[in-house]
Amino acid sequence: MNYNWDWSVLFCFVEDPVSSCTQPFFYWIVSGFGWTISVAAAAWVIAFSLGSVIGVLRTVENPYLRGFATVYVTIFRNIPLLVQMFLWFFVFPELLPDEAGKWVKRGMPLPEFWTAVVCLGTYTASRVGEQVRAGIEAITQGQRYAAMAMGLRPVQVYRYILLPVSYRIIIPPLTSDFLGVFKNSSLALTIGVLELTAQTRQIEEYTFQGFEAFTAATLLYIVVTAIVMAVMRVVEGRVVIPGMISLGAK
Amino acid sequence: MPMIEMSSVNKWYDDFQVLKDCSTQVAKGEVVVVCGPSGSGKSTLIKTVNGLEPFQEGTITVDEISVGDPATDLPRLRARIGMVFQNFELFPHLSIMENIKLAQLKVLNRTDDESAKRGMELLDRVGLVDQADKFPAQLSGGQQQRVAIARGLAMDPIAMLFDEPTSALDPEMINEVLDVMTALAEDGMTMMVVTHEMGFARRVAHRVIFMDEGRIEEDCTKDDFFGTARGERAQEFLSKILTH
Repeated sequence: MNYNWDWSVLFCFVEDPVSSCTQPFFYWIVSGFGWTISVAAAAWVIAFSLGSVIGVLRTVENPYLRGFATVYVTIFRNIPLLVQMFLWFFVFPELLPDEAGKWVKRGMPLPEFWTAVVCLGTYTASRVGEQVRAGIEAITQGQRYAAMAMGLRPVQVYRYILLPVSYRIIIPPLTSDFLGVFKNSSLALTIGVLELTAQTRQIEEYTFQGFEAFTAATLLYIVVTAIVMAVMRVVEGRVVIPGMISLGAK
Repeated sequence: MPMIEMSSVNKWYDDFQVLKDCSTQVAKGEVVVVCGPSGSGKSTLIKTVNGLEPFQEGTITVDEISVGDPATDLPRLRARIGMVFQNFELFPHLSIMENIKLAQLKVLNRTDDESAKRGMELLDRVGLVDQADKFPAQLSGGQQQRVAIARGLAMDPIAMLFDEPTSALDPEMINEVLDVMTALAEDGMTMMVVTHEMGFARRVAHRVIFMDEGRIEEDCTKDDFFGTARGERAQEFLSKILTH
């Protein structure tokens, strides 16, 4: 392979026309990393809160609420994420009334960023919703009866019994979904968010040092996901229910 | 006026009728034991009393409040009726004290101090003060069931329902739970108890209900039931469980 390795492009802090630093590439990576974290964090807020609501609705008695949640999961889980990204960005604004459509496209601040956040958030919510539902359904009917028998109202049964236990049960798959939202944020580049992967590609185009640039991005993704996994393992240990068997990840 | 009154209760799961024309009543301070072979509907019957299981026909009133009336605020009624389950059903993520405090705080709106004080009194009564800060899974079955009884009593109920409270217990733990229930009965608590413990029925019950195939076959005083007045099915059932 005839390739001239040049790791120095990753450490270009200022423009320096005499070297290969035609641009401050280091800060491009920093900026891209920042956007990646921002998209993922904001999308996770939506995914977790909306997903919890969807998951709860999937288990309630009211057939309309349950039906709504089922339709939601079916739609958002079954359309490829990339297609959803395009639908949100190109199609959704056209379906709105004129003024609102214009605002979504140009008026609101950071349209690409927020579109990506909403898209990733609503998609991941369908997955979180299924985890929450599975967690709630893993709790025996007897627990529900006991909670009801002492006079708790349905909302209280969920708030104090079903959700606290179910979140503990589903920490491992929830961690996977959090990692998923972080990695999937790279698709935001397709609608113009200059996140980590987009910046990496841009560095390749400017320098032809694609291996170095993608190595940097890969390492950053892995470092963050490894940190998340470590943190979640600690969380899992903290909230473990005393006396209940939990082997946990070693 | 009876504390609990059921008249002509019918219940179906789809085509299958689980309760057939069940009528009975429990007076204030009365202890009624419900027995019968498995699948006879006794657990379902007791769960209709506080509306955990809906029923399609008939009426049930508790303290003159109709359970089946859609206008009835069921959670509010349930808060006044204690219930103890076969599998204890303590909440695993809450400590023993938190289990006992939860409904006092969230349903009766008692303060934290009041609930803790009441909780300690009741733990003392069931002999488990030193376990207050443990979690359910760290206790033996018998201890968990005594906590479950204390949790029910913390709401100062007008009646207590027991759904096979000793069926999931090892033999050596059954008595510690029955002792607590006996003491409760002696204090005049209104109790409806689904159980196979015929010794308990003989000692503590005022009346015995025998169910078979969704029907109340016998509903008589303890003396009649253990005497000669019982019918053929009850006779057969008794001879089976007394000689096992």
